[in-house]
Amino acid sequence: MTVRRSRRTTAAAAVSTAAAIALVATGCAGGSSQADPDAPVTLTLATFNDFGYTDELLAQYTEEHPNVKIEHNRAATSNDARENFFTKLGAGSGLADVEAVEIDWFAEMMQYSDLLSDLSDPELEGRWVDWKSAAATDADGRLIGYGTDIGPEGVCYRKDLFEEAGLPSDREEVAALLEGDWDTYFEVGHQYTEATGKPFFDSAGATWQGMINQVEYAYEKEDGSVIATENPVIKENFEKVLTESEDLSAHLGQWSEDWNAGMANGDFATMLCPGWMLGVIEGLAPEVTGWDIADTFPGGGGNWGGSYLTVPAQGKNAEAATEFAAWLTSPEVQLQAFANAGTFPSQVDTYESEELTSATNEYFNDAPTGEILISRSEAVTVAPYKSTKYFPINDALQRALTRVDVDKSQSVDESWNEWVKEVEALG
Amino acid sequence: MTDTITRGADAAPAGGSPDGRAPRPDPRAEARRIRRIAFSQRLSRWDFRLSPYLYISPFFILFAVTGLFPLLYTAVVSVHEWHLIGGQGDFVGLDNFAWVLGQDRFWLAMRNTFSIFLVSSVPQVIFALIIAAALDQNLRARTFWRMGVLLPYVVAPVAVSLIFTNMFGDQYGVVNNVLTSLGIEPIRWHADTLSSHLAIATMVNFRWTGYNALILLAAMQAIPRDYYEAAQIDGASKLRQFLSVTIPSLRPTLIFVIITSTIGGLQIFDEPRMFDQYGQGGASGQWMTITIYLYNLGWGQLDFGKAAAVAWLLFLLIVVFGILNYLISQRIASADAPRARRRKKEVAR
Repeated sequence: MTVRRSRRTTAAAAVSTAAAIALVATGCAGGSSQADPDAPVTLTLATFNDFGYTDELLAQYTEEHPNVKIEHNRAATSNDARENFFTKLGAGSGLADVEAVEIDWFAEMMQYSDLLSDLSDPELEGRWVDWKSAAATDADGRLIGYGTDIGPEGVCYRKDLFEEAGLPSDREEVAALLEGDWDTYFEVGHQYTEATGKPFFDSAGATWQGMINQVEYAYEKEDGSVIATENPVIKENFEKVLTESEDLSAHLGQWSEDWNAGMANGDFATMLCPGWMLGVIEGLAPEVTGWDIADTFPGGGGNWGGSYLTVPAQGKNAEAATEFAAWLTSPEVQLQAFANAGTFPSQVDTYESEELTSATNEYFNDAPTGEILISRSEAVTVAPYKSTKYFPINDALQRALTRVDVDKSQSVDESWNEWVKEVEALG
Repeated sequence: MTDTITRGADAAPAGGSPDGRAPRPDPRAEARRIRRIAFSQRLSRWDFRLSPYLYISPFFILFAVTGLFPLLYTAVVSVHEWHLIGGQGDFVGLDNFAWVLGQDRFWLAMRNTFSIFLVSSVPQVIFALIIAAALDQNLRARTFWRMGVLLPYVVAPVAVSLIFTNMFGDQYGVVNNVLTSLGIEPIRWHADTLSSHLAIATMVNFRWTGYNALILLAAMQAIPRDYYEAAQIDGASKLRQFLSVTIPSLRPTLIFVIITSTIGGLQIFDEPRMFDQYGQGGASGQWMTITIYLYNLGWGQLDFGKAAAVAWLLFLLIVVFGILNYLISQRIASADAPRARRRKKEVAR
């Protein structure tokens, strides 16, 4: 923000305050402390990965609001976005006008909800699925974030590789083949690797995300106590996923350079696929033609990720930013984002819309992605409880999986013990 | 006007004339003369004494604001509980320091920092010396070569790290592709501790070697050429000239280069941070340096007090290291000096 602009804003604020006082004096209820809505304003938007907010999509907003300029910054991973978010939230300046926050560290952020604008708007009641907006409402009943997408998961698979392995490769057949619990999924994996000698999925870490999001109380209890290290489910899953990964994993750490290259190279035949992953796969392996998605998920349904847009209170353009965030999370715009990147809308109205139900994805062999993801979202039965320590604990656990699966530098037990120590150090 | 002079005259004895002479019969004229002399004298004395300080003061004022103040403020933060967002908490004395020193990960970070520092700085200074010596010869297109070695320094470190990280992929890196095509086992650049240190050191050296080479080159050019002529007449080989004339003459510059690369080497951050997708120094902290550890504490766990304690420990470490370095490099650089001086005398004869 240049000095000149901030001076102008101050001037504008002064003018508008004067105007507001004048309005109040004349008996008008114009209690806005914002500058005139048509004043030129630059709004910054910060997201990560791929929200499907393409330049063309954002251009629609600037066409409707000629006074607005939008600057969009994209971080590579949710981790980067989180560090940046908390650093600048603490510093009290430097955040974008509209900041994207991921569900896994949303609870952590909610501790400081007073540093974020209240976005409550009676007009927007009922826009999102219940649990989405409930999670974004703080103790005082302020709505802190507008939901963008949710992450109902299917299984993405390489049709061509399944064929080579002599496995059924048709969408329905694969869904039938994988229908069941995690053991079924791993069993099919063994069939595949025995037939081809090639890995079945990308990494233990990615597979873990699918498992952990089916556990209601994974690391913390509602009373705030940390149960991560004593929770038998965690240890069981940890050992299971690592034992199976020995033969089935391509040992490619998620989001790493190797993982990107492996995706393009067809190193693995399946991947757990929340909606937003579709765009990631297409972006990393545009040349590959074999990807498809099956309407099934090991152990029932699962939701991985999904995000919110927040408006930090430190911003100078809170009102314009709120309006912009509301537009971005409107059913119409989220449907476009879905078409761009596969980010599955969290807006209730979209589920009935022709646009979603008839949506197909050319890259995924014209799979009816809309229909499949709607069916996947209906299969989600568990809303995992994620409180303030969820992100750091799961982050440490991902590192523990990486040590065994990708680096091969530790045994399962060594890695587990180190993770236990790390969780204890978190306090 | 006269009034003021009178007043000044009355005041002069009170103020005491600078040379302490007794007042003369005509105090008024006397006072005026003395005052003028005294004042201009004082001015010139001030000018003489103070202006050098005034001329260099901008740097120190700037340093006080951007260097010293943060240093002291960090010290204040380090003795409190301090949350990144919640801000200042209770005074806890040296608890943060005690906690940090009791952490395995801190010592792991220390080990990594030293290891990366050694595998980067030592070759860096040696290569810089060799490159500088090569550039000091009568080359064609001299400026082109000299600009060439500085080019890597101009490139943004993050961009360098991105490119190198891509090259050092464990399964799909360019480097490993070359190795496998030569029939050598691929190296696990990320999984393996020492390999990751080597990869990071490569990035650091890519950036800094040329820069240091130019500094050394500048110092080499200042060495009087008659030394070399004399050495040649005495029948010294090129190598002997380099060891016995060039290196001893470079002593102050070498000390400077070694100390700056030590300070830089102990604070290395960009390269290890960009070395993988998470920037936390690896799944088991294989390449987690002290600065990365500090960053993870302060911005990952939002605990500013502990991060500040790490920052101060790092500061103290660098000071100790700087002093050690100075002593050692003086020893090394002066080992040859007496002989060089003797030769100078012989030449003079």
